[in-house]
Amino acid sequence: MDVLPLLINGFIIAFEPLNLMLIVLGCAVGLFIGAMPGLGSVNGVAILLPMTFLVPPTGAIIFLGAIYYGAMYGGAISSIMLGIPGASTAVATTFDGRPMALQGHADKALIAAATASFVGGSVGVILFTLFAPPLAEVALTFGAPEIFSLMLMAFATFVGLGGDDIPKTLFSIFIGLVFGAVGLDIISGEPRLIFGGIPGFFHGINFLVLAIGIYGIAEMLWTIEVSQGKVMISQATVSYQRTMAALRELLTTWKTMLMGSFLGYFVGILPAAGATPGALMAYGVAKTMAKDPETYGKGNINGIVAPETANNAASTGAMLPMLTLGIPGSPTTAILLGGMVIWGLEPGPRVFTDHPDFVWGFIASLYAANLFALLINVAFIPAFIWVLRLPFTILAPIIFILCIVGGFVPTMDMHDVWLMLVFGTGGYMMRKLDYPMAPAVLAIVLGPLAEPALRQSLLISGGSFGIFFTRPFASVIMSLALFLILLPVMKIIYDRIKKPAAVK
Amino acid sequence: MRKFGTKLTSLGIALGLGFAVAPVDSAEAWEPKKPVEFVVMAGKGGGADKAVRFIQNIIVKNKLASKPFTPVNKPGGSGAEALVHVKNASDPDHTLMFTLNSFYTTPLLQPGLGIDIKTFTPVGRMAEDTFLLWVSKKSGIKTVDQFVKAAKAAGNKWIMAGTGKNSEDNILTDFLNKAYGLNMKYVPYKGGGRVAKELAGENANSTVNNPSEQLGFYQAGKTVALGAFTHERLPLFKEAPTFKELGKDFTYYMQRTVVGAPGMSEGAAAYYQGLFTKVFNSKEWQDYMKKKSLQGKFLTGKPLMSYWIEQKAIQKGILQKMGVIK
Repeated sequence: MDVLPLLINGFIIAFEPLNLMLIVLGCAVGLFIGAMPGLGSVNGVAILLPMTFLVPPTGAIIFLGAIYYGAMYGGAISSIMLGIPGASTAVATTFDGRPMALQGHADKALIAAATASFVGGSVGVILFTLFAPPLAEVALTFGAPEIFSLMLMAFATFVGLGGDDIPKTLFSIFIGLVFGAVGLDIISGEPRLIFGGIPGFFHGINFLVLAIGIYGIAEMLWTIEVSQGKVMISQATVSYQRTMAALRELLTTWKTMLMGSFLGYFVGILPAAGATPGALMAYGVAKTMAKDPETYGKGNINGIVAPETANNAASTGAMLPMLTLGIPGSPTTAILLGGMVIWGLEPGPRVFTDHPDFVWGFIASLYAANLFALLINVAFIPAFIWVLRLPFTILAPIIFILCIVGGFVPTMDMHDVWLMLVFGTGGYMMRKLDYPMAPAVLAIVLGPLAEPALRQSLLISGGSFGIFFTRPFASVIMSLALFLILLPVMKIIYDRIKKPAAVK
Repeated sequence: MRKFGTKLTSLGIALGLGFAVAPVDSAEAWEPKKPVEFVVMAGKGGGADKAVRFIQNIIVKNKLASKPFTPVNKPGGSGAEALVHVKNASDPDHTLMFTLNSFYTTPLLQPGLGIDIKTFTPVGRMAEDTFLLWVSKKSGIKTVDQFVKAAKAAGNKWIMAGTGKNSEDNILTDFLNKAYGLNMKYVPYKGGGRVAKELAGENANSTVNNPSEQLGFYQAGKTVALGAFTHERLPLFKEAPTFKELGKDFTYYMQRTVVGAPGMSEGAAAYYQGLFTKVFNSKEWQDYMKKKSLQGKFLTGKPLMSYWIEQKAIQKGILQKMGVIK
């Protein structure tokens, strides 16, 4: 396929004055929607969908696409500044972003997040341009066994996530898995763990409720205890020299950036996965591969770069099954898909041939949106930094209110707010007892994806685990996953043989 | 008061031009006083959710209502969460729900919820969705006979993908297994779009998708429609005979109906009935029905209530035959 003339034509469409204005507006709106805890790209796109009637369909999807993109950038901002994930996709960014802000490196963290988002988004869009149709075919053949193998690989990177205390990490994983199992089980058709039929548990536990509870409420309680009400956040500043130094440091993370971009994109194109698991997996892989895994979670710049490249690459990747298969890879693309139907465009395998102006205009607009989101984000960094200069006595109540709003908005259910406060208190206790929290968050995201995939695979194979080794994609991913699981075990054995004195 | 009167007149004119259903001469014409909560019994991005957002857009585009309609997704427990929420609605005059067949089956399967669908307010049946039997094109199967032969030979290795235990897809799979003496294995997935993809990616041997879910793959030549669970052949899939033609008397539809909360005032019910009549008759909805191969006339008020009672009895019979309820 001759991509270049089609793409140039797309750029001409994307740079029409109206469309260009929509891109800039969409990026700015998306940035703020993403930065508000609880309001993610899903809500932004859903709320603004009816407004798109004022412009032609191509402009409409360009606008919504720009919001989606802007929100991916924006999610990182509150993760770093306030320690509350701004959107589900930015949960992994809190792991290292928050510690960096507390150490007075908020500007570096924000620049890293913006740059990483730009790189991830660009790699995603380029891959999209070059390989859309063949990748769509791959995504199509990806069934339950492949998805389970992939999830197992993600779990394998967990064990390394919690520091060295493996029993405590396992406890954290299992409690996350139990929370993830609450709600209706599609395979048996029965509700599980709903505590005698409390209606709020029917929809399961929204993982943002857990994440905001643990990272917002628990973190704030901890800060109050440690600081005894005194300001303890290091003063952050922005300057030209500091920015340049940050950019130079970013150059050393190019490996993490590439890994995050490709992994994120690939996870993004799989239907039912989306950007959140992509970002979490990238974080896990980055830590597993790192030479200094013990610095992760304490303010390692790679810990920001990995999830931020991955979530932007994944959000582009998720457009692929939406456009070519008519199947959304994430909840946001599901709404975009609904929008396309309303505008009279039928997504599906023929959309590239039936509506070339629309598809290529949209793809070109993603390039532009990526650039504008970066510029707008960087321009606002001084304003975000200013937030951190507020006294903690003012900041703490603001964080608390944002947490409550963030817990309520996704489901509009007070039940979730109470649950979030319970998780917040529980998380605070676990923090005091030195349990790692990140594995629980990962488990509640990936558990509900992995568990049905495992059961579907075994249903198909009639109970035989051979299904994971007889299919080409599944067998490769499964072998990698098993290798990763066994790696720490082998390391322990190796260490014991080599220096038995070092181990008690 | 004057403004009120003008609105009343325009409502009257609009209804006079369309199908007059609501009592226009009632002195106290009701209008929503705040945004209307439009509960969806399914998750974001599913068929029902898309339809609700489409309706929301028709209302906005044609300026049919003075207050916005806000979709709220309550997918939990096969609609149990939505049913309980609407049953206990604090403001029944501003609470609507978009329903599927789980409106009947969930209260039957979970009697503990204490839901009696007769207490809900009938607003409008927007359509009935249809079901077809699909296989992938690469399988080479072109008729139901060939399908039966292949599925019989494969025994329980034949994978039928569907949307959850005891769902519409499960009911249809059970029917096929019984009617043709098959032993297909039913593998549940989340959502009809995912099911359609599993067939196109050849991770399943057959599905019973709605046309809207399979249309893209069908047009791309990846999947084939073998038979329809309808009374007559569908205009979009003329090549697929109905199971009735093939000698099996089995038809199955999925309602797409707007339901009002129990205890909704008469004025509010009349308002919504009039509003959804207009939505149904809009060019956008009529085009949507044609494109998605949706069937059925608009039903409201008493006829809709008797339709519910009749459908509930049918669903009960089917579930009893499956052995999942007594």
